[in-house]
Amino acid sequence: MATSKIPEIVRKHEAQILEEWLALQQSSSGGAGSAERRNSSASFLRHFTAALQHGTTNVGDRAWADTREFLGHLSRSQARLGAKPTETAWFVLSLKQPIFGRLRAEILEPAVLGEEIWTATRLLDALGLYTSEVYQRSREEVIARQQQELMELSTPVTRLWEGVLAVPLIGTLDSARTQVVMESLLEEVVRSGASIAVIDITGVPAVDTLVAQHLLKTVSAAKLMGAECVISGIRPQIAQTVVHLGVDLGGVVTKATLADAFRYALWRLGLRVVPAERAHDERRP
Amino acid sequence: MDKIPILRMGELLLVTIQVDLHDRMAVQLQDDLTDRIVQTGAKGVLIDISALEVVDSFIGRMLGNLAAVSRVLDAETVVVGMRPAVAITLVELGLELPGVRTALNVERGMELLGGGHVGRAQG
Repeated sequence: MATSKIPEIVRKHEAQILEEWLALQQSSSGGAGSAERRNSSASFLRHFTAALQHGTTNVGDRAWADTREFLGHLSRSQARLGAKPTETAWFVLSLKQPIFGRLRAEILEPAVLGEEIWTATRLLDALGLYTSEVYQRSREEVIARQQQELMELSTPVTRLWEGVLAVPLIGTLDSARTQVVMESLLEEVVRSGASIAVIDITGVPAVDTLVAQHLLKTVSAAKLMGAECVISGIRPQIAQTVVHLGVDLGGVVTKATLADAFRYALWRLGLRVVPAERAHDERRP
Repeated sequence: MDKIPILRMGELLLVTIQVDLHDRMAVQLQDDLTDRIVQTGAKGVLIDISALEVVDSFIGRMLGNLAAVSRVLDAETVVVGMRPAVAITLVELGLELPGVRTALNVERGMELLGGGHVGRAQG
């Protein structure tokens, strides 16, 4: 807005606005006004004043790039520190009062004043919304990262014996996790040359048709690579649910416990576990 | 046109697919393989697809067909060396190749045809 007096007024009273703003922030959030808050407020106001001088109030413009970057940086660090969304947005929105105060003092004509206040409101609202958006986004990034870490944590593939792998599944199986389990299991089959894999679902809280389908997919994929799968750790309720749902686990060997599955795996490999004494006897000619 | 080589090893035939299979080659392979089984009276066929990186539903179905045709000619087929990504793709396509025996590598496949421990479901 070429005729706006906001840039001029804000520049003229920058120091005073800053003081009023800081006082306001302090009274609303409580606690002593830290040097850090003063610092960030002063730099924001500096960016804000500089951007205003370009005469545009569209925060998407290049003139506002510095301000946006500063705000983005600020709200990201706020999000990481665990600040509340209100606090983060309030940082910008609380600037309204001191600026409006200055506008009221400087502009005497009511119609012009109304116009200017409306312009300033729109501008500060846009900046406030931008702050919340960045805050939200960085919180979502944190959640996504945690999800990723959780996924990696909860899908280990371990070796039980030469040629026998175990995949202890913990938590609900969704398609994303099935994908990770499948990939890591198959990679491990290739690496170790295992011929039997035990999928232990003791830690899976519920099995519905979808989870059963995911399990069957994993079993089929392993079979295509020449490895047999055994599903173990089926709790009594889960066995009932599976039958009630009419899920066909016919083609898959299922065992109640990991121990049973392990015994089966050894048997398939032509091995068996015997007491040490007897083994000793057998070795004697 | 490129042809997939079919090697004879005693009573077995070894088919090593080293290039990405396109449809015409696949059909040609099916013809060649059935001819060779009849000629040699082979008892087993090993299809090594360890170099195969891309499969589609046609190739998947063709692998199933090869196994079925060989079985009719009294030769057991084992598909060996399937890559994880290929296995996942086939499962996602719903082609679980029932009736096709599989093994991790050629060595295991030969064991399977010779009657090893791990193989056909025993119980």
